[in-house]
Amino acid sequence: MNELMNDVTAFIYKEADMLDFKEYQEWLNLWDADGIYVVPIDPEAEDFRNTLNYAYDKADMRKLRVNRLTSGEAVSTQTTPKTVRAPTRFRILSSDSDRVTVRCAQHISENRHGVLRTYPADVTYTLRRDGDDFRIVEKVVRLLNSDNHLSSIGYIL
Amino acid sequence: MTHMDNVCRSKRAAEVDVSGLVLEDRVHTSLYSDPALFEAELDKVFNNTWVWVAHESEVPESGSYKTAHIGRQPVIVSRDRKGEIHVLLNRCRHRAATVCEGKRGKVKSFVCPYHGWGYALDGELRAVPKPEEYEGVFDKKDFPLVTVRHEIYNGMIFATMKADMMPLADFLGGAKKWIDLFMKQSGGYPMKVLGDHRFRFPGNWKIQLENTTDAYHFPVVHKSFVSSLDEQTSKVFDFLDGDGFVEDLGNGHSVMVMIPALVDLEENLDAPIPDRFQDFAKELEREGRSDQEIRRLVRAVGGTGFNVNLFPNVACSMAFFRVLRPIAVEETEIHHVALGGEGAPAAFNQMRMRLHEHFQGPMGFGTPDDAEAWERVQKGSYAGLDEEWILINRGQQHLKTSQDGNVAGAVCSETGMRAAYRQYKAMMTAKA
Ligand code: FES
Ligand SMILES: [Fe+2]
Repeated sequence: MNELMNDVTAFIYKEADMLDFKEYQEWLNLWDADGIYVVPIDPEAEDFRNTLNYAYDKADMRKLRVNRLTSGEAVSTQTTPKTVRAPTRFRILSSDSDRVTVRCAQHISENRHGVLRTYPADVTYTLRRDGDDFRIVEKVVRLLNSDNHLSSIGYIL
Repeated sequence: MTHMDNVCRSKRAAEVDVSGLVLEDRVHTSLYSDPALFEAELDKVFNNTWVWVAHESEVPESGSYKTAHIGRQPVIVSRDRKGEIHVLLNRCRHRAATVCEGKRGKVKSFVCPYHGWGYALDGELRAVPKPEEYEGVFDKKDFPLVTVRHEIYNGMIFATMKADMMPLADFLGGAKKWIDLFMKQSGGYPMKVLGDHRFRFPGNWKIQLENTTDAYHFPVVHKSFVSSLDEQTSKVFDFLDGDGFVEDLGNGHSVMVMIPALVDLEENLDAPIPDRFQDFAKELEREGRSDQEIRRLVRAVGGTGFNVNLFPNVACSMAFFRVLRPIAVEETEIHHVALGGEGAPAAFNQMRMRLHEHFQGPMGFGTPDDAEAWERVQKGSYAGLDEEWILINRGQQHLKTSQDGNVAGAVCSETGMRAAYRQYKAMMTAKA
């Protein structure tokens, strides 16, 4: 179990680092082909497909999202040059020979127009084992304030 | 209305005079930043007209409620046991606590959290704890939650604080035809709210009001959105040189037609299925839907090609409702309300939600760039001394008369902004 925890946390730290340092192509490669990235509005939502979310990205939308962040065409992505995120409080919810489900807390800070903002969130990952590594099958980012009004988020949570 | 209310209102209102600040071709920069003006707007605009509060589908059954605002005032939209809709001030008659929180939900009654007064869904005061001490003091029937007058047009619920406000249908006037066209996008099923995105930006509410009738910004601000579309769809969104128009519908309302081919979604059902909806059409076919239904749903799923801007707080914008809520002189909350069909095929509502997520909301490919531009407008508007103006004169010399006999300009003209500000000026300068 300890070893699994080490492997899983190392994977999630790596993902966080890639997003903070904008290694988006590498980040896309962490995903299972059928993986889904979700940022729900309703904290209770489980059936994301049949619910309105902030983001519900399959592979093609993830790629388009990355293009938008890197193309320089979207003015809102230029005003948040840097994020700092800290995943922590890891707990493995289930694991078998194929998959691991892990939940953690994540604090992301952004600095937009000189305003420092933090978005705390619970993040649940479903990871598929891939040799010594993992692929992300599902990543659900439940923002603490998802049910209230947000401000523009010009990066990947 | 109490005597004190009247005193406060007239005092605040007396402080501002916008007659020299709102001209036909420009508005003064202080309209975005003067706190006294903002206070006057709450009184003279938001408390003085029809304000959109909900869509009927948001209170689908007895006990359903939704919270909303008329300007700064919190209200509840509820459906009582008999199925009647009510709009109530969200304010306990005892010492003012809100009796209902949360966006929407289902309740049996509204119980005040402070001392426990209980109100029925229609606002009636039913029970007060320890009633003995009220003996000879008051009669419960005189202290219901205050009812706000409401009227409904094609599912859209509007409320007004103005007792003698004209009927909603008269107020909407020329906009009704466009609202009816807009509602065709639920694909033959009853229109249903599927959820909403809510966000705030640090800027005045009128910056957002202008934006829903501003086609001029689209290719600039939304370049990254257009880049994310397939070639065929990006051509559809390349509308500035097309035959679109902006039409002044009266009472501050306007319509901006960007994509004339998507005005009437019940027409052209034989048109070829666009590339981006091919998979969707195949999914419906696998479900055994008839060819006719597939064509109707495909035609409706992407929404209309126009925005109806309804003064002051809501727009029927292509495929969603845009609702604005003034928070402070330089803070505005926006709701982008996703729409679909009640009982429509799951694939239809899923596609509608995915399209909404693609553009709208704080993580969409469009909205954040709009919000960035609006924030920059607010910041820039502080530059200069007192002689700076916001220009709304685009297309002023190329006006035509529309089929309905209204003033109309090119799709990227500022005709809709001029319409809104004309109404704004009339309301702000009206004698109390
Ligand atoms: S304030 Fe509501 S019961 Fe007292
Ligand atoms: Fe826009």
